[in-house]
Amino acid sequence: MDALTVVDLTLAGVLTGLLYGLMALGLSVIFGVVRVVNFAHGEMMTIAMYATVVLFTWLGLDPFVALLPVAAAFFGLGYLLQRGLINPFITRPEHSQFMLLVALAIILVNALLMIFGPDARHVQLDYLLEPIEVGPLLLDRGKVAAAGVAAVTAAALFAFFRFTLTGKAIRACADNHLGAQVIGLDVRRLYALTFGLGSACVAVAGCMMIVLVDVTPTLGPGYTLLAFVIVIVGGLGSMPGALLGGVLIGVSEALAGLFIAPSAKSMFSFALLILVLLLRPQGLLGKSA
Amino acid sequence: MARAISRRRFSLALAGAAASTVAPAYVRAQANRLKVGILLPRSGVQGFIGQSCQKGADLAPAVLKSMYGVDIELMNADTETSVDTARTRAERLIQEGAQVLVGPFDSGAASAIAQVAEQHSVPFVINIAAAPQITEQGYRFVFRNFPTAPELVRNGLTLIGDLFRVTGVVPRTAVYMHVNDTFGQANTKAIEAILPKLDFLPFKIVDTISYDPAAKDLTVEVGKAKATGADFLLLVSRLADAIILRREMVKQRWEPMGIISPGSPGMYENQFYQALGKYSEYCISNVPWYVPAAPLTKTVEAAFKKQNPKDELMFHALNVGYTFEALMIVADAYKRAGSGDAKTLTEAIRTTEIGSRMMLGGPIKFDAKGQVQGNASAGIQNLNLKPTVVLPEASAQTKPVFPTPGSRKA
Repeated sequence: MDALTVVDLTLAGVLTGLLYGLMALGLSVIFGVVRVVNFAHGEMMTIAMYATVVLFTWLGLDPFVALLPVAAAFFGLGYLLQRGLINPFITRPEHSQFMLLVALAIILVNALLMIFGPDARHVQLDYLLEPIEVGPLLLDRGKVAAAGVAAVTAAALFAFFRFTLTGKAIRACADNHLGAQVIGLDVRRLYALTFGLGSACVAVAGCMMIVLVDVTPTLGPGYTLLAFVIVIVGGLGSMPGALLGGVLIGVSEALAGLFIAPSAKSMFSFALLILVLLLRPQGLLGKSA
Repeated sequence: MARAISRRRFSLALAGAAASTVAPAYVRAQANRLKVGILLPRSGVQGFIGQSCQKGADLAPAVLKSMYGVDIELMNADTETSVDTARTRAERLIQEGAQVLVGPFDSGAASAIAQVAEQHSVPFVINIAAAPQITEQGYRFVFRNFPTAPELVRNGLTLIGDLFRVTGVVPRTAVYMHVNDTFGQANTKAIEAILPKLDFLPFKIVDTISYDPAAKDLTVEVGKAKATGADFLLLVSRLADAIILRREMVKQRWEPMGIISPGSPGMYENQFYQALGKYSEYCISNVPWYVPAAPLTKTVEAAFKKQNPKDELMFHALNVGYTFEALMIVADAYKRAGSGDAKTLTEAIRTTEIGSRMMLGGPIKFDAKGQVQGNASAGIQNLNLKPTVVLPEASAQTKPVFPTPGSRKA
């Protein structure tokens, strides 16, 4: 195997991994603050992918433009979902939360099947078929653009949590729930805001993912699982960890496919997961309990 | 005050309920219709092909009524591109009264359904599935009018030899990519066994790359194939993966001399043209094909047009043709048997001999294993966004284009 191919495919793995990371970031943010594991995460991303297809088909809206209204809509939906449905379950046992979100995931998959049918849908943008030439390297234009959007979104999210008052308040909730209540923070509102932000993240990831892969209603569970693998590898609740986990999974899949067996490449994501669980159970950038 | 129910009244009510349960079955039996369970992957990864096959099933009852004077009732079931679902749907169809099963466009699903059919002694006529082991198990109720993988590959490779001879271009290397499922593995075994024996094919396979049938991204696979620098791509695919793979080739600017399938679906399907447009051009599939001029094809085409006014049979030729022929086998046997009884019907299917057909090949006649021998293939090239017969020369609509214009060494 020549070095150029190795570099080319490793870069492709990094780009795909950044998008995976953005998807997992939403899950990590929600868990880090609300302490609820969103088992409908992949399904929510699938809905965002369908929303992008609809906007593209009906209004001719490019996914890179559509991501703004879709993210805004998902922020609102996430906010309402947390206030209306998930909030009553916050203090309930974890298995109740699990059942609630698994039920939600099943409902979402079946709703998509009823509305869109089982067929795969895609957004074909001819300008994305033309690769970007960097010296001898050929980079997938769609992946570069999607990874760029993922990086900008992640940076904006980091900035929000670090530099804004609301972001700091959310971090306070995450660090000390009782303390946040004592100093008068509206914890329920902040939880809803966080869920909205996590949903917006996954919406942006969905808008970009449709540029790279076809969408079917049953795509969600696979992505939910992938998001879990990523956040566990990176560290559940750690935002940089989610991005790092995404990139590691993307690169490991690319290299395993290149050097071992392409048809077994996803196996290596799980091998990495087991390795991390054995050697560093809290994840690469997670805090030990 | 509520009246107590007497034992006699209760018994009468029970008898009435039992009669109402039995009556519909009796009425159904009296209707003299053969209930045919159709199992196809109408959703999931193979959804588009399943829906294409379904078109062949949907038009069959009316056409077969006019041909054989028999009534066929279709009981449709979606296998969801899942072997397990195929098995449970087959069980359910039989429980609901299906007297014969037809389907399922997939070797894995066909193997599962064959086991169910044997357990229940219900005849099963396979429309499309190539894994040879399905008809090598000694099954008594399983029949297949479709080439096995070795036959499919032998026909396909022979046509590749014809392609080189007609165009005068002989590539020296190929990279072989295949979908990693029952069908893909059966084809791979056949290629490994047959290719070395064909001295008119001097090319060498420099690498074999398998991939997940449900793959969403084939960047690595295509990158690896491109890195081999092979002259052409020998491909055994399905539909969804063929689209992803072709798109990825464009993105990676990999333009080999050609993409040639020795006998797999994907590149001649309607969805391939719709999804890829100009990028679908010049791909070659050596597959079992229909005879456009055959009288039966004309009849089927008219029925197809009536049911699908905006569509054309040529984009569904293989799927519709073999699904229709499977139902034709059933209707023909039903007429000769004069009964929907499983054993009588099975024996009638076993003695099938149909000369007039719409697919290429000899008469439909099952051997002792329940396999039809002699289904032939044609070389189909995508030209002007249509599947065009380019080989064999005798029935070609035009000459093949090889190498692909603009191709270059990776």
